[in-house]
Amino acid sequence: MASVEMWYSSPWTKSLPMRVKTKLGLPLKEKKLMEVKLGELPSWILMRDFTPKGIAGAFQRGYYRYYNKYINVKKGSVAGISMVLAAYVLFNYCRSYKELKHERRRKYH
Amino acid sequence: MNENLFASFATPTMMGLPIVILIIMFPSILFPSPNRLINNRLISIQQWLVQLTSKQMMAIHNNKGQTWTLMLMSLILFIGSTNLLGLLPHSFTPTTQLSMNLGMAIPLWAGTVFMGFRHKTKAALAHFLPQGTPIFLIPMLVIIETISLFIQPVALAVRLTANITAGHLLMHLIGGTTLALMSISPSTALITFIILILLTILEFAVAMIQAYVFTLLVSLYLHDNT
Repeated sequence: MASVEMWYSSPWTKSLPMRVKTKLGLPLKEKKLMEVKLGELPSWILMRDFTPKGIAGAFQRGYYRYYNKYINVKKGSVAGISMVLAAYVLFNYCRSYKELKHERRRKYH
Repeated sequence: MNENLFASFATPTMMGLPIVILIIMFPSILFPSPNRLINNRLISIQQWLVQLTSKQMMAIHNNKGQTWTLMLMSLILFIGSTNLLGLLPHSFTPTTQLSMNLGMAIPLWAGTVFMGFRHKTKAALAHFLPQGTPIFLIPMLVIIETISLFIQPVALAVRLTANITAGHLLMHLIGGTTLALMSISPSTALITFIILILLTILEFAVAMIQAYVFTLLVSLYLHDNT
């Protein structure tokens, strides 16, 4: 009964809440990452929006997800920004790994 | 050893891409913009700090000078946050590059000078001659005052660069000393480690003080010229 083509036919099916639609079956384009089956993964990745606008949208969504979860709360703690700073330190370490390699304590570098 | 010491001051590129732009823009993520009347804790702390600093710094100016408040407040926030972020391990501090500091100092200084010449031409020119000089010293003094005026932006930029670079370099050196001494004599290594801790505390202070001094001097030049 629930096939992909049904969703394009009727406005009623489109107005159902999301939790019902995920149970019944969504078209591939609208599924989130955790709902995609493993076999569909390559086609799902290729269908994502890779235009500059899409990439900017992805960064914006990621930023607001982090911000609203850890910082924009009533009792935000120091963990919110210290996670960001730790990621910054890690990023810089990866960036300068090539020079840091030579400073290890080894007999032969 | 020589190449290692200065390698951390090289402009960061990753696979040939200049990511220094991303690193310069990074502190802006740490200052979210306030949306509401009562904000979250991060924004409230930053708002309180900015109000404290702006009242302290802009009180000496008249109405014309106070139009520069936004510029000076963003300047002190930028330099302060960039210097403090540079104290994290392995990070790159853009303010160690003379090019960037000159790029900040020259336009700001030039802005104050041109503003002074445009609005109060006589008074701006009168700065070149202090009051009560003997007549035969006047040519000499005008030359000296002109030189001291033109050296202001260079001094601003070089002061910031030299302080931050020297601090980072000293920390690298003393850290390397401590590491090398650990296998030879642990007690000396302990002494150098304590020196390193004191130096780190100093660096935190220097980071913030340098931001303050830069901004204060720009505001002083502004005060002279409004």
